[in-house]
Amino acid sequence: MAGKTKTLSKKENKAKIVEKIKKILKARKDYLPPSVIEELSLKLTSLKVSDKKFELIVEKTLESYKQHLIDANEACGIIAAQSIGEPGTQMTMRTFHYAGVAEINVTLGLPRLIEIVDARKEPSTPMMTIYLEEAYQVNPKLAQEVANEIEVTRVIDLCHLETDITNLTINIIPTKEIERKHTSLDKILNALDKVPKTSSRIVDGKIEVTMDEPSYKRLQSSFKTIRNLKVKGINGINRSVIRREGREYVIYTEGSNFSEVLKIKGVDRTRTTTNNIQNIYEVLGVEAARNAIITEAASTLAEQALIVDQRHIMLVSDLMTYDGTIKAVGRHGISGEKSSVLARAAFEITVNHLLMAGQRGERDPLNGVAENIIVGQPISLGTGAVQLMLDFNKLAKSK
Amino acid sequence: MVKFSILDHKLVPGHIILSGDEAKKVLKAYRIESGQLPKILDKDPVIKAIGAKPGQIIKIVRKSGSAGETISYRLVVDSKVTLTKI
Repeated sequence: MAGKTKTLSKKENKAKIVEKIKKILKARKDYLPPSVIEELSLKLTSLKVSDKKFELIVEKTLESYKQHLIDANEACGIIAAQSIGEPGTQMTMRTFHYAGVAEINVTLGLPRLIEIVDARKEPSTPMMTIYLEEAYQVNPKLAQEVANEIEVTRVIDLCHLETDITNLTINIIPTKEIERKHTSLDKILNALDKVPKTSSRIVDGKIEVTMDEPSYKRLQSSFKTIRNLKVKGINGINRSVIRREGREYVIYTEGSNFSEVLKIKGVDRTRTTTNNIQNIYEVLGVEAARNAIITEAASTLAEQALIVDQRHIMLVSDLMTYDGTIKAVGRHGISGEKSSVLARAAFEITVNHLLMAGQRGERDPLNGVAENIIVGQPISLGTGAVQLMLDFNKLAKSK
Repeated sequence: MVKFSILDHKLVPGHIILSGDEAKKVLKAYRIESGQLPKILDKDPVIKAIGAKPGQIIKIVRKSGSAGETISYRLVVDSKVTLTKI
């Protein structure tokens, strides 16, 4: 047997060992998570053990795995809260950081963590990471083209603007930027159609905008509208930066519009992400949002060099997405929806909750932790969750 | 617009609709009723994409950082019906 395994390649050997482990588990009707099987098989490939010892190793692993499982009635929520909360106190309060990406400002640290658990509609600094499809990702020119498609380009980015007060016209003089951004005067002219009460035409390579009614005030207000007129790009995305990561080019943007960006040609629709969790929820669903909460929270903590086990973060995101929508942790979300009156009152706005409960005639079955502490009973957690009583009559009879 | 499936996105885990028998097996294994499972709304983009109906149970195969792969379940609920006590 040992001689035979030697001739096999390492990979085949490992696959064989994985099969072997799974077979043993199946026979014992037991379960080990894939990551444990993977780790175990990696260690076992470099060892030469007899079948009997092999089984013993799996057995010991199972034993150790079961020991590490969380006990029933363990207060995992409280542990999670403390495990995230304690490192949170060490977080820098104000961190407006350049997150490794040139010039793009991203909220990090505690403000970002609060944003995530509060399930805000819009993060204070929305940002997208846009990956490109194979053909585009290695070519800086094509990457720039995609970035041009995405980034909002305004008239002011492409042209000089001049007001002619004597004729009450606005002259738009194109600059070299037009070619660089792959637009043309015609496209700007099309966009100018949307400006009310003006008419525009091309005169000697310039655009002349005349007011429908000669008024200086009108001219000024139109000037402002034209300055910021969008020529191309996606609403909400103000700036883009292209960066080389390994062999591929990645676009980072300030501002986020997930659903629109996914429609752009050349964008890798399987990897592109945003830090706007609500956006992800709308486009990709709850499960994707759950994943996004985990990755965002974990990366925020990791960025501050704080070590928090991912299981705690998973628990939080599981709870936030429990009912199919994203709920905030706090008064407006999870804590505010607790069924117990006393638990809600213990958290925030005590008087209101008690008053409303009194009006409705609510009952409190005293199932949770907070309510039992209020009334001075043992809480229903850990050993307190088990309710046993000794039947003295039976005891007497058994003797 | 180029057509694409949101199911291909790396943030979206595998969603599988369980048949009636499979659903019963799951509920029996956990000794719960379907209402005790986490929910997923019927207007969820993934539910629309796979065409599940309210009342069905979705098996979710998540990639997990700790276990490698975990299996979770969600009950499809009608988003118009407001959830009473969870």
